Amino acid sequence: MAVMLQGVVATAALSSSAAFDSKGAQLPTVKFLLERKGGFLVDRSDRRLAVFASNARAQGVVATAALSSSAAFDSKGAQLPTVKFLLERKGGFLVDRSDRRLAVFASNARARSASRLVTNAVAAKTDKSTASAASKIGGHEILLFEALREGLEEEMDRDPRVCVMGEDVGHYGGSYKATKGLAKKYGDLRVLDTPIAENSFTGMAVGAAMTGLRPIVEGMNMGFLLLAFNQISNNCGMLHYTSGGQFKIPIVIRGPGGVGRQLGAEHSQRLESYFQSIPGIQMVACSTPYNAKGLMKAAIRSENPVILFEHVLLYNLKEKIPDEEYVLSLEEAEMVRPGEHITILTYSRMRYHVMQAAKTLVNKGYDPEVIDIRSLKPFDLYTIGNSVKKTHRVLIVEECMRTGGIGASLTAAINENFHDYLDAPIACLSSQDVPTPYAGTLEEWTVVQPAQIVTAVEQLCQ
Amino acid sequence: MSSAFPAMKILQPLSTTRSPEKPLFDLLKSPSSFLGSASKLRFNAQKPSPSSSYSSSCHRPSTIVAVSDVVKEKKTLKSNSSLSNLLITKEEGLELYEDMVLGRAFEDMCAQMYYRGKMFGFVHLYNGQEAVSTGFIKLLKQEDYVCSTYRDHVHALSKGVPARAVMSELFGKTTGCCRGQGGSMHMFSKEHNLLGGFAFIGEGIPVATGAAFTSKYRREVLKEAGCDSVTLAFFGDGTCNNGQFFECLNMAALWKLPIVFVVENNLWAIGMSHLRATSDPEIWKKGPAFGMPGVHVDGMDVLKVREVAKEAIARARRGEGPTLVECETYRFRGHSLADPDELRDPAEKARYSARDPITALKKYMIENNLVNEAELKAIERRIDEVIEDAVEFGDKSPLPSRSQLLENVFADPKGFGIGPDGKYRCEDPKFTEGTAHV
Repeated sequence: MAVMLQGVVATAALSSSAAFDSKGAQLPTVKFLLERKGGFLVDRSDRRLAVFASNARAQGVVATAALSSSAAFDSKGAQLPTVKFLLERKGGFLVDRSDRRLAVFASNARARSASRLVTNAVAAKTDKSTASAASKIGGHEILLFEALREGLEEEMDRDPRVCVMGEDVGHYGGSYKATKGLAKKYGDLRVLDTPIAENSFTGMAVGAAMTGLRPIVEGMNMGFLLLAFNQISNNCGMLHYTSGGQFKIPIVIRGPGGVGRQLGAEHSQRLESYFQSIPGIQMVACSTPYNAKGLMKAAIRSENPVILFEHVLLYNLKEKIPDEEYVLSLEEAEMVRPGEHITILTYSRMRYHVMQAAKTLVNKGYDPEVIDIRSLKPFDLYTIGNSVKKTHRVLIVEECMRTGGIGASLTAAINENFHDYLDAPIACLSSQDVPTPYAGTLEEWTVVQPAQIVTAVEQLCQ
Repeated sequence: MSSAFPAMKILQPLSTTRSPEKPLFDLLKSPSSFLGSASKLRFNAQKPSPSSSYSSSCHRPSTIVAVSDVVKEKKTLKSNSSLSNLLITKEEGLELYEDMVLGRAFEDMCAQMYYRGKMFGFVHLYNGQEAVSTGFIKLLKQEDYVCSTYRDHVHALSKGVPARAVMSELFGKTTGCCRGQGGSMHMFSKEHNLLGGFAFIGEGIPVATGAAFTSKYRREVLKEAGCDSVTLAFFGDGTCNNGQFFECLNMAALWKLPIVFVVENNLWAIGMSHLRATSDPEIWKKGPAFGMPGVHVDGMDVLKVREVAKEAIARARRGEGPTLVECETYRFRGHSLADPDELRDPAEKARYSARDPITALKKYMIENNLVNEAELKAIERRIDEVIEDAVEFGDKSPLPSRSQLLENVFADPKGFGIGPDGKYRCEDPKFTEGTAHV
């Protein structure tokens, strides 16, 4: 029985290197199958292979399958993790059919996706049915900046000590409307319009945090926070330590950064690297409405100073998020698209360039695993490590500059911790070490584009 | 003129000759004099004090608004030396004296300990400026906040941090007020609401502004009716040329925050004379430019400082907003214990030594029959014992162990992240030993 699928990806190889069954015979990898069959998956009667695929873009739903229901081994004789194991981790379920064909449908960890078994999968149908399943669960569609505001409002309702300070956050509603309407609701003192004095009002927020409040400082553009570097580095990061643990600084510093649309060099800065060495702070970057709201809430509830990096071009992303309250973990990374061939680590806007490249890659027969690291400091070495152990190849795609950027730190961390698992040197695609040019063409070449990502993956996977 | 204040015989600088018609610095008359050398310092004793109504702690030309008339009234009271009109009671006098002697003795002991190799790094001593710390901080309640700079030992002591805790911190021991992690320039105390201790000048002023903001927030948003905490921000003349100073003056006046900005103008920022660094050296004038009163006071006289402080703190408590108080004071020692202090004119040092605030208060109290010598001697002996005890305590206290290294980096140690094994780093037993790899 041939399972016809609409054009896209099959994921199956449990290891990108050869897999063997217990008798030492090599199991066919999906990649092999695809090459032979030109993109369609075939149920081979001798191996009872059933593979489901879904469009990688559809609500993160993923199918994985075992090449054999018996244990699979790699060339060293070590047992490869079975699908069942994968599923337990991912929260899907496994169905064992009487003819030993495994039909598996796993969904990613996100609450709203329902696990559904689809036996006769045509990708388009799959998409529709899962989409309708999701909408039946509930949730509401929201833009990213609205999600930030929703998170902020929920936390301000929950704790009267939470307050916002920044330029134009009050009456103007925030230059990216992240605080729209809040000043009317909570008053001018709780949503404080400050004069243009970043260093001082950030310091003021530190003092307020030390004395019992929970302020959120908005930098109208992340670049403006360079003026507050003294307070962020010396006071935010340090005071808990130098006071011997007496004072805590539960402050959130947030704002839009990154390269926009021809905003010029100073408004297009990528400051993650500048702040990452400061001891005592945490840094997170949001990329979807779902994680924007969750991270905002987590950052506000955290006792540590947290810098939340938003991106100018992502504010109008639309997504359906749960109605019920949720808070994400500040230290965890997000699995965007499980895969087998290569681990692509990314964050913020580059996630979308990576996913766009992933479509092309999948068409070419690759199976990238995409992880949005989310936590820029500290790194979630567990999620990242597990991925590296599975795929053995790493590509980092970031918008940060090359020199001393997040990618550089991540490369070092992976090399230190997972060197043995790597089959190839870690590749890091960062934006150029240039002040972002104004001209559109130059600006485009400053940041990493999907075509470059595809090329890099092809090179790494050779 | 009362003879109770020996300080009054000495020149009061700044606005004595000042009036709208006769500015202190007449730019037309001396356009080219570059204030390069110390001999041009205007605090030379050549300008006599013409004004006999001078007994005030507040100098201001009529063009500029300063503190209220309450203080103006008090200044006439001071010139009458009858007992009922004295500025302080015996108890208050003894408290002030003890605090200043504690500050002085502590700093002298710090110098000794430094040269004996018990404390290291940059240590900045407060000798000579005790009147400012005592005059202001002794008026505060426990829940009021104090924010200081690197010259913070005496602010800590005046606020109530035990001498043992401060000395121990200087020795770098775990029993120090900051567990040995802060050091001389980073004195903090949650119990006594001392918000630091900052090594970079100007850095503490926004923090102080934030504490004042919290006070206002608690009163107006959280509706805590009784909350009227006042914050004092101490900083020097050098800081008054820094952006954070001006930005905070603006914000504090704008929002009427309950804060007092206390400038300890000791004329020198390490080796930079205030006059060489500042276009208009009269710092108190900068207050009215932002919409708050600016007051100048003789910072070598604790009673004058106290009078001004009372008014400024009361103003803040009433919700009327901030005040800028410039205290003319002097540090008898160098900028820090590493400073050879070669630039300052010995004559200038001698002049200010003669105005030692402790001697002045002693003289005032004895001449007004508030106390006798024996009582003051008893205080001095008691303070000596406190200091000896503090040193002994510091000596006997343990040095921090390895396990303390990573404990206070984050208030929530989950901030160290998740390790390759899936557990939070801080759950790793080696973490508390300080040998974990983070």
